[in-house]
Amino acid sequence: MSLTTSDATKSAAPARPAPTRKRGPDRTHWLFLLPTLIVFTLCIALPAVMGIFFSFTNSVGYGDWDFVGLANYQLMFTDPAIMWSFGFTLGFSAVTVVVTNVIAFLLAVGLTSQIRGRVVLRTIFVIPMVVSPIIIAFVFQFLFARSLPAAAQAVGFGPLESSILADSDLAWISIVIVTAWQAIPGTMLIYIAGLVAIPHDVYEASSIDGAGPWKQLLTITVPLMTGYIVINVILTFKNFLNAYDIIVGLTDGGPGTSTRTVAMTIFSGFTDGDYAYQMATATIFFLITLAIALVQLRLMRRKEK
Amino acid sequence: MSTPDLTSTSSTVPTRRSRPLIRPRRKFNLPLTILLVVCTLTVLVPFFVTVSMAFKTGSQAVQGQAFTLPSPVSIEGFVEAWRLTDFPVSFAISVFVSAIAVAGAVLISTMAAYSIYANWERRFFRFAFFYILAAMFLPFPVLALSQIKLSGMVGLDTPLGVGILHIMFHLGFNVLLLTTFLRNMPPALEEAARIDGASTWQTFWRIIFPVLAPMSATVGIFAFLFSWNDFMMPSMIISDPSLQTLPVVNQLFQSQFSSNYHVSFASYLMALAPSILVFVFTQRWVLSGVTQGAVK
Repeated sequence: MSLTTSDATKSAAPARPAPTRKRGPDRTHWLFLLPTLIVFTLCIALPAVMGIFFSFTNSVGYGDWDFVGLANYQLMFTDPAIMWSFGFTLGFSAVTVVVTNVIAFLLAVGLTSQIRGRVVLRTIFVIPMVVSPIIIAFVFQFLFARSLPAAAQAVGFGPLESSILADSDLAWISIVIVTAWQAIPGTMLIYIAGLVAIPHDVYEASSIDGAGPWKQLLTITVPLMTGYIVINVILTFKNFLNAYDIIVGLTDGGPGTSTRTVAMTIFSGFTDGDYAYQMATATIFFLITLAIALVQLRLMRRKEK
Repeated sequence: MSTPDLTSTSSTVPTRRSRPLIRPRRKFNLPLTILLVVCTLTVLVPFFVTVSMAFKTGSQAVQGQAFTLPSPVSIEGFVEAWRLTDFPVSFAISVFVSAIAVAGAVLISTMAAYSIYANWERRFFRFAFFYILAAMFLPFPVLALSQIKLSGMVGLDTPLGVGILHIMFHLGFNVLLLTTFLRNMPPALEEAARIDGASTWQTFWRIIFPVLAPMSATVGIFAFLFSWNDFMMPSMIISDPSLQTLPVVNQLFQSQFSSNYHVSFASYLMALAPSILVFVFTQRWVLSGVTQGAVK
């Protein structure tokens, strides 16, 4: 992205009148872009602006409304349900980011080592990325609700004999597992791309110096992969904040509201008639996502220098 | 098909090429291979359970034992799932939504990317690029409620509306991929067409669109996977329950038919199979798509 910024400054400064191409006002180019731009504005920008606008009103989604200033925001910050969903979303995302990245990194290291059947193994590990999250959550829901307790009973392992999905203290673990299961492939592929770009002579040199595989992993691989780790951590974090499908399939926010994320809280605004109120939540949620995106841009630009 | 397609996308070909010279065939790491094979179980077990449950008879499935094989093998689950989900209809609607998303993603994104690339020195097109890109940072939940209202107002609370939203939601990412690709294209290609007197329209179809084909394949496959698997948008936007896509209709097994496991898993399998098949046949583009998308 920052690549394009530098292109912009480069092309804007010296070559204004476009010396190579001579061309009048080209209608085809406008035809290529304008209709798309209009539809895009209606589908994406307008809803975003509408949402922020209505967060300052008392609209219930239809009918009359009045401006209420920052009342929705004030109410929101003292609403335990919304604060819980923010806390849960951030906490669950943070845990899943760590789980996903550690496992994806190790798998990537494994899959770029001297192993047999690399192509087949990699293909299998990528499959979770391409299947429907909600359907896979339904499958896991069955495993957590039925198979795991049955297996625990068979071996007499007390704590797991009842479904963890029904336990408000443990249900989040199932969400972490399935979310990580689905996110690991994409993360792993990015790590693989980084690992194959490390020049192999570095390893040769260090093994001549007597470094073992673990030492090499910690002193060579991890430091050289820092850029990829940063990208992956931010990408996964941003994705997990939006978690919805998997949670709907596994716990549907329950038991009670113990696994309700911000996304689910916002969606409740349409059925519960607090449209404007939830638009305030959405606006704050957008600001958090934007902050993460800005951190990402800054880190990536620094990496380029 | 193996590692080379990953390396070809990263720009460090020289060191990689020299690798086989430095290290001629060493013996492979057997314990690590075994460990990784064991790890594939975490991926394979859920699919094994899905398949084995789907082929059980009603009485066998009711016991809910995931790891037993179906005996006898039965397709009654599929027959029942076919009927309950009105499979031909929901399948056709899923295909319809995905087809719009794929065709739209490939056509609209390449057109937009080309006009932005060709007019980069014009301020408006540059602005349009960053405007479209900005949408990548808008989370769907933020837009959803207003989108439901708007799509209802203009009568697009239908599969068609979902298809259009799928296109627009990924426009930023696709245009980013495609413009980057065009910038690496030798400008001589386009200039030659110009000198021969080709119009912009002709240049696009004869030169640009074919040149973009590999990246369009990536864009199209991701559009398919995203659209086919999406639950959130169709479940919110499509107002008529009889016009829902496959992932959404599968939700009905969560409540009403909770103990007919063979029926639900047969239905899950029918919903999962197309994306897995598409992946198996197109994995080259899927794998390179992820790396290209992320490293940019």
